[in-house]
Amino acid sequence: MKKEQKRYYFDYAATTPVDKRVLKAMKPYFSDNFANPSSIHTPGMDASEAVESSRKIIANYLGATPSEIFFTSSATESNNWALKGIAATAKGDKKKIIISPIEHHCVLNTAKYLKKMGFEIVETPVDKEGIVDVEKLKELVDDKTLLVSIMHSNNEMGTIEPIKEIGKICDDKNVTFHTDAVQSYGKMPLNVNEMNVDLLTASSHKIYGPKGTAILYIRGGTQIEALLHGGGQESDKRSSTLNVPGIVGFRKATEICVKEMKKEWKKQSKLRDKITKYIKEKIPNSHLNGPALGKPRLCNNVNVRFDFIEGESLLMDLDSHGIAVSTSSACSSPKLEASHVLTALGISKGDAHGTIRITIGRFTSEKDVKYFLTTLEKSVTKLRVMSPLNTRNC
Amino acid sequence: MYTEKVMKHFHNPANMGKIANPDGVGKVGNMACGDMMYMYIKVAKNKQGEDIIKDIKFQTFGCVAAIATSSVITELVKGKPLSDALKVNNTDIMQSLSGLPPIKVHCSVLATEALSDAIYDHYKRNKKPISKELKAKHEDIVRHNKMLEEQYKEYLDTQELE
Repeated sequence: MKKEQKRYYFDYAATTPVDKRVLKAMKPYFSDNFANPSSIHTPGMDASEAVESSRKIIANYLGATPSEIFFTSSATESNNWALKGIAATAKGDKKKIIISPIEHHCVLNTAKYLKKMGFEIVETPVDKEGIVDVEKLKELVDDKTLLVSIMHSNNEMGTIEPIKEIGKICDDKNVTFHTDAVQSYGKMPLNVNEMNVDLLTASSHKIYGPKGTAILYIRGGTQIEALLHGGGQESDKRSSTLNVPGIVGFRKATEICVKEMKKEWKKQSKLRDKITKYIKEKIPNSHLNGPALGKPRLCNNVNVRFDFIEGESLLMDLDSHGIAVSTSSACSSPKLEASHVLTALGISKGDAHGTIRITIGRFTSEKDVKYFLTTLEKSVTKLRVMSPLNTRNC
Repeated sequence: MYTEKVMKHFHNPANMGKIANPDGVGKVGNMACGDMMYMYIKVAKNKQGEDIIKDIKFQTFGCVAAIATSSVITELVKGKPLSDALKVNNTDIMQSLSGLPPIKVHCSVLATEALSDAIYDHYKRNKKPISKELKAKHEDIVRHNKMLEEQYKEYLDTQELE
């Protein structure tokens, strides 16, 4: 493998590079102002001030109050906390938790764990584009429902869920509502009050911030148990020494995203549609997964499947040309099973294999896209020549 | 994840393609795991009068490991007497590739099955005696394929398989 090859990154939904402006903002908090924000000496207070001002900026973006923002170490932790923390407050027979079948594994597997603990887990159906059936969900929410957890947008397919409608249903029936907004945060306006959400998860490393920092928004008055017990940080709800450089980085990343949101959405949607159209026109027997062209979709997501070939081979062939994509979600790549999201959308296990996820971002240029598309076309052709399933001429 | 040898075979597979009038064809694999291998052989006699694999080609739908194991087995058996070719096992394939990730070991087994079924097909076409061992292996493969074909019938129907 050529080590010095130029790299073309098309996997922004897996993680993003730290923006240099973010790194610059974080730097003083490693060796200069390294104090523990729980300390009451001057350096400690300075660190605490950095954390609190960050909390404020993140709260502002979400339309929340700073005291409703809790810093965690990852979206996985936040999602675990949301589900387990609410489950721990369950009383009587209020033990039903409603999720969608296309949630991230950290929600699905937490739900699976809670099922083992005696909770009833119900999956509300999604249509072939991955959109939650709101009417069906309305029927499912009843007196026994403790929590509804539906993602704001899907990490594999870019489907944007009708969160406002779902929030209204939950609000009307007085049921706690959590949304995993990891893929939406920083890309589009999010307002916890307009959406009627009680809990919201977001992560720094998806928005050009550092890894190891995330939040759980918890609406004031929501009954939730702590996940980590200890020194009493974060209003005694999430003990742990605060990751000050990470939190400052998350703040800066949020500020940049909010400032550049409209411009980025426009630029990325244009590139997304260019990729989608090119594949549709130039590569026969290819299919767009998830929302159709022109329908609401995350600005940076294209998910496409090619008949007769297998996703891992395509990923590795593209990799040898310096291009990074994903077969479904990065976390599940080492497994052999077809993506749970694709199968939930009604795509057969056989068809699901030829799928790749292409996700663009802040640093994707027109030139990168051009190189990507011509290389993709060549790779698909190369693998199809090898395939016994390719009985047609393509 | 993969060794350099695996990647070499993946990028430049040996004997890839189809033989127009093959003397034997082996088709194995399933869509569920995402691997399908077709192995085509051309058989001739050597100076000693033994049946040898004169030519071999493969077509594979599958992951990097499936393509690499297909390629390497064709290299290992090309020119060999059929009896020797049948002795090539998945350990030989793994060694030639300097190993495979544990979850991909089944690909090397699949490659040996594709080859043995191509040889079985050749024997059958020419009404030649078939060893108990080879017959049992073939029946296993057929059983397995049938099970999976039923599972994925709908998909396979749309693919116009020969």
